[in-house]
Amino acid sequence: MYHKYDAVIVGAGGAGLRAALELCGKADLAVITKLYPTRSHTGTAQGGIGAALGNREEDSPEWHAFDTVKGGDYLCDQDAVELMCRESIETVYDLEHWGLPFSRTEDGRIDQRRFGGHTRNFGEAPVARSCFSADRTGHMILQTLYQQCVKHGVKFFPEFHVVDILLQDGVCRGVVAYELATGEFHVFHAKSVLFATGGCGRFYKVTSNAYALTGEGFAVPFRKGVPLEDMEFFQFHPTGIYKMGILITEGARGEGGILLNGKGERFMERYAPTILDLAPRDMISRAMYSEIREGRGVDGKDYLLLDLTHLGREVIERKLPDITDFARTYLGIDPVTQPIPVQPTAHYAMGGLPTDSDGRVLADETGKPVLGFWAAGECACVSVHGANRLGTNSLVDIQVFGKLAGRSMLEYVKESDFGFINSDASKPVEAEFERIRTSTGRESVGSIRDELRTEMMDKASVFRTAAGLSAMRDKINELKERYQKVAITDRAQKFNTELVEAWELGCQLDLAEALVVSAAARTESRGAHYREDYPNRDDSNWLKHTFAQITESGIRLGYKPVTITRFEPKERKY
Amino acid sequence: MNRRMNVVLKVKRFDPENGGRTWWSEYEVQAEPTDRVLDALDYVKWKLDGTLTYRRSCAHGICGSDAMIINGINRLACKTLVRDVAPNIILEPLAGFKVLRDLYVDMEPFFEKYRAIMPYLVNDEPMPEKERLQSPEERDIFDDTTKCILCAACTTSCPIFWSNSSYLGPAAIVNAHRFIFDSRDKASDERLAILDSNAGVWRCRTIFNCTDACPRGIEVTRAIEEVKRAIMMKRF
Repeated sequence: MYHKYDAVIVGAGGAGLRAALELCGKADLAVITKLYPTRSHTGTAQGGIGAALGNREEDSPEWHAFDTVKGGDYLCDQDAVELMCRESIETVYDLEHWGLPFSRTEDGRIDQRRFGGHTRNFGEAPVARSCFSADRTGHMILQTLYQQCVKHGVKFFPEFHVVDILLQDGVCRGVVAYELATGEFHVFHAKSVLFATGGCGRFYKVTSNAYALTGEGFAVPFRKGVPLEDMEFFQFHPTGIYKMGILITEGARGEGGILLNGKGERFMERYAPTILDLAPRDMISRAMYSEIREGRGVDGKDYLLLDLTHLGREVIERKLPDITDFARTYLGIDPVTQPIPVQPTAHYAMGGLPTDSDGRVLADETGKPVLGFWAAGECACVSVHGANRLGTNSLVDIQVFGKLAGRSMLEYVKESDFGFINSDASKPVEAEFERIRTSTGRESVGSIRDELRTEMMDKASVFRTAAGLSAMRDKINELKERYQKVAITDRAQKFNTELVEAWELGCQLDLAEALVVSAAARTESRGAHYREDYPNRDDSNWLKHTFAQITESGIRLGYKPVTITRFEPKERKY
Repeated sequence: MNRRMNVVLKVKRFDPENGGRTWWSEYEVQAEPTDRVLDALDYVKWKLDGTLTYRRSCAHGICGSDAMIINGINRLACKTLVRDVAPNIILEPLAGFKVLRDLYVDMEPFFEKYRAIMPYLVNDEPMPEKERLQSPEERDIFDDTTKCILCAACTTSCPIFWSNSSYLGPAAIVNAHRFIFDSRDKASDERLAILDSNAGVWRCRTIFNCTDACPRGIEVTRAIEEVKRAIMMKRF
């Protein structure tokens, strides 16, 4: 089926819906989502959205920008960071005006809490900057944005999987989507396309990421020659529920929770003496891995404890109700009286489709845009998170850059025309689906995926080495070969989720390769990318962004300088 | 304590192709007692039968995708542990919706009812430069109903909804409650009028199934009662 829209937004999470609210009523708009609206992963964000409102303590956007840059280990583009930290204030007020039920201070203003890496006066002490709604801030953002979309009659295509992007002569002309309900392919012919497809953490074994986060929003453009920036930087959140990876918000430590090793020691005293358990996530995850390696896990196992018991029932149940429920449901533990077993969990891709600060996707490291193509949120790399994202800044990112991308698209569609697309634009991806659907091979999706996830966790997670990354690349090559022989049992046309999963696995393999190739080349340690064989940051050689791009001869790596405005790189100590 | 256990998953199937066949499939699954029912479903899909079809995404009770009937009760598969429903786990699609395939149901009528109650803040006064003020006490009044994840477990547990599909149902009323009692909203009268209609709150017979079914622990029946009371207060 053929559709024609001025603007097509792929993804109905916080970035996509925020952009939709800039476009609806002003341009012909469609929002395509592989889930139902309100099911997107934004809804699982817990602790808050960072903005220097100063409702609890003195604060300023400059301090927020400094913390973001330092937290990102100086790999952030500082012009974009300064913009984000200024604009975050207005986007939080936008959300409040649309009805978001923020928790409130005694005098009725938006309440704020402390969060990892957020400090007053350029690193002096923690500051309450995270605006929150109990521990379901992302849920409330997603609901509030969807409510506004309902109010404005935004057109959704739920359970449509975008499987190809139409790029001709460096211009984006639309996308191809697979409709789960019918098995039909739809061509969306568009003047402008926004990818707001979220993350890709499902290629790790232990992850906080939803099943949906298989990363085709990265992989589909990547396959068409669009670069991926800084893919080697993948954040592991310190407090995932042991074995399950379900997130326990950093807000739990913002409220005063502490991490303990198997000997009952508050080990962060040794790693970050100033801000302790509120150090950035990369540092805490590394510290946790070190404690476990050195035999100080709990009962010699690979987990540690998050202790909230000293906070008291009132604080825990009122300010952290959801994570209390998770602990009770999944662990049979009451955090009021017992510490929670936690381990680092694959959480967030700092890298993604390279964009400028209006969300325009860049064609290469020279900064030339792909006309008609925008990206925002986790699948994009502006870069505001650098080598390690600070807590609360993902929600800031999706609101600020969702809004700016939407505005930029609106300007563009007013002055541009629909380009020409071929009538058989969907044929190549249709053939790929048909090949999988009718394959008589003997490889299973489940076993290839399990191996990918286990090996990625082992060789390309918190600690990395040249040997491990090289072995991982070999493994990916082997899995890719086996993937060519993958077969499924479900031959149905309607609701064939097995077929979709098999296709998604192909995307995961391509994406894992981009990560591993980028990581192997970067012979330094910075932020979330830690090389045991190169344990120091190396600004003279590596203060630059990686651009990985598919060419006929394999993945080509290019580099782009980091934009520095006012914060000169310094050693990162907390 | 975490010894693996043998469970039998019995799933009600529906194939929309081939003439719309309905049948039951049984699978023997080894599971940890603390596995989620969703993990057991995944085991089946990935190892035993790739044709089994169900929705899921976040896998920890926030996205609202995997509501289904588990041993006769509406629950989320990702928030129900195997040990609590073992050894025989019977899974059926939510009742009262059209089944599309296996555990997939048509959610459109559900979202239609949600949209019918004006589920968005209405306030046309000029926006202040900063936030509107709201005291913690004012916010507390509607805190509970802001937790709704639109999973439909409540609405599809309601016998009134089963017998009268025009009834707006608990989830829509919960979302109306969230705005009716929000001190910043100005459209309470319009929402109360919608809920005072034939399809509205008076259909509720205070059965409490909805409260029992809610995976978020929302006191759904109480919210419905509060809306009924608000309508009565307006009349007198």
